[in-house]
Amino acid sequence: MRFTLNGKRTRVDVHPLARLLDVLREELHLTGTKEGCGEGECGACTVLIDGHPVNACLVPAAHAEGAEVTTIEGLRAHPLQHAFVEHGGAQCGICTPGMILAAVALGPKPSRKAMQAGLAGNLCRCTGYSAIYRSIEKARPARKRKRR
Amino acid sequence: MGRRGAVGSNVLRKDGAGKVNGRALYLDDLSFPGMLHARTIRSTIPAGTITRVTPRVATREFIVVDHRDIPGRNVVALIDDDQPCLAEKRIRHVAEPILVLAHEDRETLLGATVDIEYRQTTPNYDPLRSDVTFKQIAIDKGHVADGFARADLIVDGEYRTRHQEQLYIEPNGVIAVPDGHGGVIVYGSLQCPYYVHRALKVLLGLPDERVRVIQTETGGGFGGKEEYPSMIAGHAALAAIKSGRPVKLVYDRVEDMLATTKRHPSIVRHRTGVTKDGRLTAIEIDATFDGGAYATLSAVVLSRGLIHASGPYRCDHVKIRGRATMTNTPPNGAFRGFGAPQTQFAAEVHMDRIADALGIDPVRLRELNAFRPGDITATGQTLGKDCSALTVLREAVKRTDFRKRRKALKGTGRGIGLALFFHGSGFTGSGEVKLASRATLQLTERGARILVGSTEIGQGTRTMLAQIVADTLGVSYDAVDVNDADTGVVPDSGPTVASRTCLIVGRLLQRAAAEMRERLGDLSPSQYLKKHGPLVVTTQYEKPEKVSWDDTTYRGDAYESYGWGCDVAEVQIDPVTSQAIPVAFTTVHEIGRAIHPGLARGQIEGGSAQGIGWALLEEVVIRDGRMVNSSLTNYIIPTTLDTPPIEVQIVDNPYPQGPFGAKGVGEMPIDGPAPAIINAIRHAGVDIREIPASPERIQACASR
Repeated sequence: MRFTLNGKRTRVDVHPLARLLDVLREELHLTGTKEGCGEGECGACTVLIDGHPVNACLVPAAHAEGAEVTTIEGLRAHPLQHAFVEHGGAQCGICTPGMILAAVALGPKPSRKAMQAGLAGNLCRCTGYSAIYRSIEKARPARKRKRR
Repeated sequence: MGRRGAVGSNVLRKDGAGKVNGRALYLDDLSFPGMLHARTIRSTIPAGTITRVTPRVATREFIVVDHRDIPGRNVVALIDDDQPCLAEKRIRHVAEPILVLAHEDRETLLGATVDIEYRQTTPNYDPLRSDVTFKQIAIDKGHVADGFARADLIVDGEYRTRHQEQLYIEPNGVIAVPDGHGGVIVYGSLQCPYYVHRALKVLLGLPDERVRVIQTETGGGFGGKEEYPSMIAGHAALAAIKSGRPVKLVYDRVEDMLATTKRHPSIVRHRTGVTKDGRLTAIEIDATFDGGAYATLSAVVLSRGLIHASGPYRCDHVKIRGRATMTNTPPNGAFRGFGAPQTQFAAEVHMDRIADALGIDPVRLRELNAFRPGDITATGQTLGKDCSALTVLREAVKRTDFRKRRKALKGTGRGIGLALFFHGSGFTGSGEVKLASRATLQLTERGARILVGSTEIGQGTRTMLAQIVADTLGVSYDAVDVNDADTGVVPDSGPTVASRTCLIVGRLLQRAAAEMRERLGDLSPSQYLKKHGPLVVTTQYEKPEKVSWDDTTYRGDAYESYGWGCDVAEVQIDPVTSQAIPVAFTTVHEIGRAIHPGLARGQIEGGSAQGIGWALLEEVVIRDGRMVNSSLTNYIIPTTLDTPPIEVQIVDNPYPQGPFGAKGVGEMPIDGPAPAIINAIRHAGVDIREIPASPERIQACASR
């Protein structure tokens, strides 16, 4: 199959029904996408397909054919990443890549209600979600930290 | 040095960058050349004996491991050593490991079948009717008969809690790699590398240096990766030794929920004498914990549970009896709070029932009886100035305008309730003396490196310890780094459990850093290294002078210090579905002093949410000894939509013997939410005494 992965055109030879999660982790060695349950409940494997969050454990590889796939490795100093470190959004970190990508899909400055609804498919057992909301609310636009 | 200290400020966590850019390596992200995958074959009956085991696999392709492959003792060494690593004949629960299979190809491995024949015996699932008692404990203060004689009123009650799954989002997993000299190196998602180290030495019959355990980035533990990784590591190590190849053993979610330890279910009975004006004259408590099939940590879970069972209240006459018994269900074990959430649930729901019986305000009842400095606990410990029960109670009542709210909500279908609680920091009783933990600090060019077996599992160990060392040594936070928890390199600083890492290990490192600073004198680290060569300082636990404990009588200072908390919950009961919806939650915590206020707040918020889940949503359904809802589809933990806003207030009361005034924080947040919520439901008109307070249970209680 061919698709765009984190902005790079990518070709990989896999069974069309292979889980996108396995293709990313095992064929392409992008292990930032995590497996928490394998049944689409926890959201740890969230990636973006054409900007929309999906559970990579439920998506067959063929579904990504021709699409643009973004994993955590595809974010480059996104303001949400720093905010998750600064404001306690990441504790054990296993839900964090999926959580950040789901948050990216919310767009800038989401309301608390929008965050609650948009992140309802991403389980976190460490934070009680409060620090995740604070991280998203306090994520600053990239221009402030463009230096370096 | 004049710079602003790291302690007390929200420095960036040491492990933050790797966790947000996807580069942090968790167990399942690792791979080794020639690696095999392994799978555990388990019993399917709750009780009986194995009569025949027939693997239906091509034996040339598969590595098949059974109990005969164990070179040392067939036990998961911990306290009682009663649990086999691989069952030989006797089966005590449905998920008992019998074989380990390993193969290069995961799909082939998953397709393999093994026929097992059994002779079944009658299982017992009732902890009150068990023939086997793992541990019983008695705590006595005064004479309860005298206390009851002075009472105007006696209030009885029985309270029940059920299993809870830790549900770390990263399932359990290890990789065992042969070291080429007959030993193994084990990588794993775990809390206590030295527990695994010891268990493997016993299982494999190997000396210290032939077993090396390295913690990988760990995606949550909550107690669930305290003792169980010793079992998994044993399985992977046996397969690695037999095959001579690296072996990866990672549980999927179903297996993790089906087989690994959970919070002990409890049945706690209270009988309390009280005067008309609300003073407690006698407290009698009888507690039974369901240990499951093997002893694991039940003895110490029971111990912490019973010591906290009479709550943070003064009373001259206390009698506490408790036991952990065996049932034919998978073994229960460590889970954040370690017995104290169960017993304090009972104590705090009972307090509200006493208030109701007396017709007095629940706040007033608690104000009258809450521990003050100078009061004596059930084990005979005299509390010092680090006792803040009254402070947190009053702060929580004030912040929530509790009394006014309680009046306003009466009869609206909403209710508000509170719970007052405490939690001892560190191992119970003489535990810390026996552990004799050690911590090492190594001078580096820029500052220092911390070497401890204490693990980062999300709570902030690396960050918090580095803050303590930085300020004590007088270097910047960035100049302190933290070694991996690798038993080949770090000393045994004890397990990462029991709200002990900050107080106990933090204090060891504070002492090490103070000594290092003295040795440095006026020299910078790099000047010292150039002039004198390497500098390594190791410190060992020293019992604070005033602390004493007698294991035989169960008298003395059960913990060197306690944290104090008060939760207030507001709950709406849906009149149609009977669902209790938490709408507001406030928690006040006194933890000495927060080394990192952001991380401490994270512990309190997360622990509260986990407690809210236990109170309302999380139900392990067991049929014929087997968890039947072992998946995230039907074992429900709080999502964003189930978690109310959590208001946190941290009250400072620096503990003089703690590092920079700190005590423990990890466990206490889960003690309060369940009773606060159940008391809110009671206030809304439903007398419920068992959790989780599911719609079905609420409905049953409402129509009684």
